[in-house]
Amino acid sequence: MRSLRDLPRSPVAKPDLAAIGVTGNWRTSRPVINKEDCQKCMICWMHCPDGLIKKNQEGFPEVNYEFCKGCGICANECPTKAIEMVEESEDEPHQNAYSK
Amino acid sequence: MNLIKMLTANDAVAYAVKLARVQVVAAYPITPQTASVEKISEFIENGELQAEFICVESEHSASSAVIGASACGVRTFTATSSQGLALMHEMLHWAAGTRVPIVMYVVNRALSAPWSIWCDHQDSLSQRDTGWMQFYAEDNQELLDTVLMNYKISEDKEVHLPSMVCADAFTLSHATTPVDIPSQREVDEFLPPYTPELTLDNIENPVTYVPTCSPTRPSSDWYMEYKYLQNESMAEALKKIKEVCREFKEKFGRFHGDLLEQYRCRDAEVVIMSMGSFAAQAKDVVDEMRDEGYPVGAVKLRTFRPFPVDDVRELATKTKAIAVVDRGLSFGHCGQAFMEVKSALYNSSHKPLVKGYTLGLGGRDIKTSDQRHVIEQTFKDLEKGFAAKESEWVSLRLEGPEK
Repeated sequence: MRSLRDLPRSPVAKPDLAAIGVTGNWRTSRPVINKEDCQKCMICWMHCPDGLIKKNQEGFPEVNYEFCKGCGICANECPTKAIEMVEESEDEPHQNAYSK
Repeated sequence: MNLIKMLTANDAVAYAVKLARVQVVAAYPITPQTASVEKISEFIENGELQAEFICVESEHSASSAVIGASACGVRTFTATSSQGLALMHEMLHWAAGTRVPIVMYVVNRALSAPWSIWCDHQDSLSQRDTGWMQFYAEDNQELLDTVLMNYKISEDKEVHLPSMVCADAFTLSHATTPVDIPSQREVDEFLPPYTPELTLDNIENPVTYVPTCSPTRPSSDWYMEYKYLQNESMAEALKKIKEVCREFKEKFGRFHGDLLEQYRCRDAEVVIMSMGSFAAQAKDVVDEMRDEGYPVGAVKLRTFRPFPVDDVRELATKTKAIAVVDRGLSFGHCGQAFMEVKSALYNSSHKPLVKGYTLGLGGRDIKTSDQRHVIEQTFKDLEKGFAAKESEWVSLRLEGPEK
């Protein structure tokens, strides 16, 4: 959109990937999954408010760190406490998806 | 064959809602609006109107419910008065900003305190800046016709704004007069079904209504542009209102004025401008005074928002003084219509004397002699060439009886 003539009459937003921009950089701490404790129950997947957890080929949940805001709901809901919220550091940003 | 029935304004509006084939109604009862919504619920109950009636716990919820329904692409209606309208205030902005073409019946009742259920225009005039169109009708027939016309105006693709149809409490809402009810076939020909381009529940083209606009996020920073468009549509509505009123006249043979209605204004030195039922009574006063030789005319300010600046300027070219009668007040300044008329004329080439009169607050009865006083007082100012007092209160007990 370049001018107001491109706008619809009612203010609406259409579904789009990352319409709001990359949100992963809002995060102060990131969820890190411990594969030993993880039972692959996918309760974290069910609770993620932004739908950013997917099942990987091994069947483990995998977090999309590009958009995860670090709300910590997954860590709170995990029945085996397999998800730890680790403070973000300058040294290794957006890495370390699994602790083991 | 048309049907003429004896109806109150409340019932006349209910018949208009039925004829407009409104699909969702949500309202909360408040005197003096209640009877209108009761009549609509009867129409729905007995199957005469195929609509969903949503019972809600407040006016705030009523307006929220019709905003959601309207966004889903159906024709909606709500009604309220006074304190109920004040409670809707937040959602009125949402409705106008979302551009949902709701038509609301407002029975004008004084705002408290002190407590009053009687008529003045303070309730709707206080909602001036919410982005709703506002229409003030002088009789029950005009109310039925205005509801039908307003669906057509509000739903127009270039307008797409909600509108209020305002009626004086009791004087109209509870007073029975003959009302010509058009046939369903004629109304269907005049008013097609509502078919918006965007709807909230269309799974083929999903949209989120009213996303956040933020200057900190350039891709979303369109708030000012949306507001510009909203205001532009108000200007568009000025044209559309005239078009639809003309079309209504051709179809049904009735015309109540469009933005203004001028009555015997040709060669009038003083015109009295009023809103609502006072405008009807003013015509009788003008007839009486014309018979006595006074060059006077009456103007009904029918559309308050969008405000008809050009029409007021055109009126100014043919009169020497405009007496503006207000049934509301912006405390610390003056009556709202008086304020708007003055502001419309400041940059105009013709500047007649403009004088404001405040009367009829809280249902204070206004007799033809009071309106006559307004006109005579304005003639006196005109003779002097200026208005000693910019505005006056009429029928006010300023001094007690002599002892």
